[in-house]
Amino acid sequence: MAKKITTPLTDDVIMSLEIGDEVELSGIIYTARDSAHKRMIEMLDRGEELPIDLKGQAIYYAGPAPAPPGKPIGSVGPTTSGRMDAYAPRLYDLGLKATIGKGPRAKPVIDAMVRNKAIYLTAIGGVAALPALRVKEAKVVAFEDMGPEAITMLVVEDFPLIVSIDAYGRDLHVEGPNRWKKI
Amino acid sequence: MREIKYEDVVNTVADMCIEACVFLKDDMKEALRKAYEKEESETGKKIMGQILKNLEVAEAERMPICQDTGLAVFFVEVGEEVKVSGGGLTAAINEGVRKGYKEGYLRKSVCDPITRKNTGDNTPAIIHYTLVPGDKLKLAIAPKGGGSENMSTVKMFPPSAGWEGMKKFAIEWIAQSGGNPCPPTVVGIGIGGNFELAAINAKRAIVFRNIGQRNPDPFWAEKELEILEEANKLGIGPMGLGGTVTVLDVFIEVAPCHIASLPFAINTQCHANRHAFREI
Repeated sequence: MAKKITTPLTDDVIMSLEIGDEVELSGIIYTARDSAHKRMIEMLDRGEELPIDLKGQAIYYAGPAPAPPGKPIGSVGPTTSGRMDAYAPRLYDLGLKATIGKGPRAKPVIDAMVRNKAIYLTAIGGVAALPALRVKEAKVVAFEDMGPEAITMLVVEDFPLIVSIDAYGRDLHVEGPNRWKKI
Repeated sequence: MREIKYEDVVNTVADMCIEACVFLKDDMKEALRKAYEKEESETGKKIMGQILKNLEVAEAERMPICQDTGLAVFFVEVGEEVKVSGGGLTAAINEGVRKGYKEGYLRKSVCDPITRKNTGDNTPAIIHYTLVPGDKLKLAIAPKGGGSENMSTVKMFPPSAGWEGMKKFAIEWIAQSGGNPCPPTVVGIGIGGNFELAAINAKRAIVFRNIGQRNPDPFWAEKELEILEEANKLGIGPMGLGGTVTVLDVFIEVAPCHIASLPFAINTQCHANRHAFREI
């Protein structure tokens, strides 16, 4: 049975989640991937304010397909999170509560989650039409010049996800395969 | 010399782009259904269930299965007695990609390697041509996502490495790729040839074989199953979160090589193993 959670995410909600939990997320999430992360970090380096407030929020590592007529968004599955590992700890330290993507994360990212009471949620890679139906609104809010890599605000309802790294530092990418390994 | 109209190639290619990105072929659907039945981990089974449901939604809504509609990779067989009138074949294929990715609401994922500026229309396509006898044009498209392509590699072994060396490397490669290439994957392997031919054969293996279709040489057919069986003992499972189904199939294509070399390439393909084929 999936646990229902809503952004902005509180410490209490985060600490109640464990690896392997299925969750259905509702509220606002922001898409950002490679180029958007690079630019956000450059802005922080220059002492500028980010175009989105990260406190309590979730970033979805995704670059959606264009919206067909009559739909708020096109297919919108996750991209590989590891490419954002270089940037993620700094954003968690600014109050980001969750990142959403696919694939494992590096140790400094997991440490940042534990330090900040934050989590990592897995969306299923290659499953992109199904989640698009759970997006109620979509609006580009920053970096429009980046095309599919622009930061898009999504209003989602019951977005299906799996807790794969929790705020206690447990990692399903390690524990899952260890449990099923036969060689 | 038979002539094919430029527009006919453009329209055919545009259709292929959309078809490949929205509809998975029957052999892949069947393989994913079997994987759902076979998967023992609870999380893995749920993931396989979502993968199957997503295929239904994509077809019903005419939306791409995966938002990463990839680089447009083509294998084209050009008959020696056929030509495209009113523009060249390469131009026609690129124009078809432009049209298909626009009209199908497919994501444009091509950019400059350094500035990362998007080309805006998913061109240029990557096209592998072969010249063959006859007056037909045969096109195959394999849109390729970045996540699984990034988990591909070429290794130039010394001949002394032999099959055992290659197999060990392949299993370690699949293990370290973990959840990154969106498992369950299809693994294409090119053995022999040279640096670039091994890589092209690894890709060709994925594009031109149906799931379950073994290499016609019994020696290599057995080797395919050897890697498949071992890879599925790694425990990686759907999306790398643990389970019994990691690889759906392994295809090996072989070519003769230099007396000093043993080229070896792995092309990793995610579960959105998308293809479309046409003959004009």
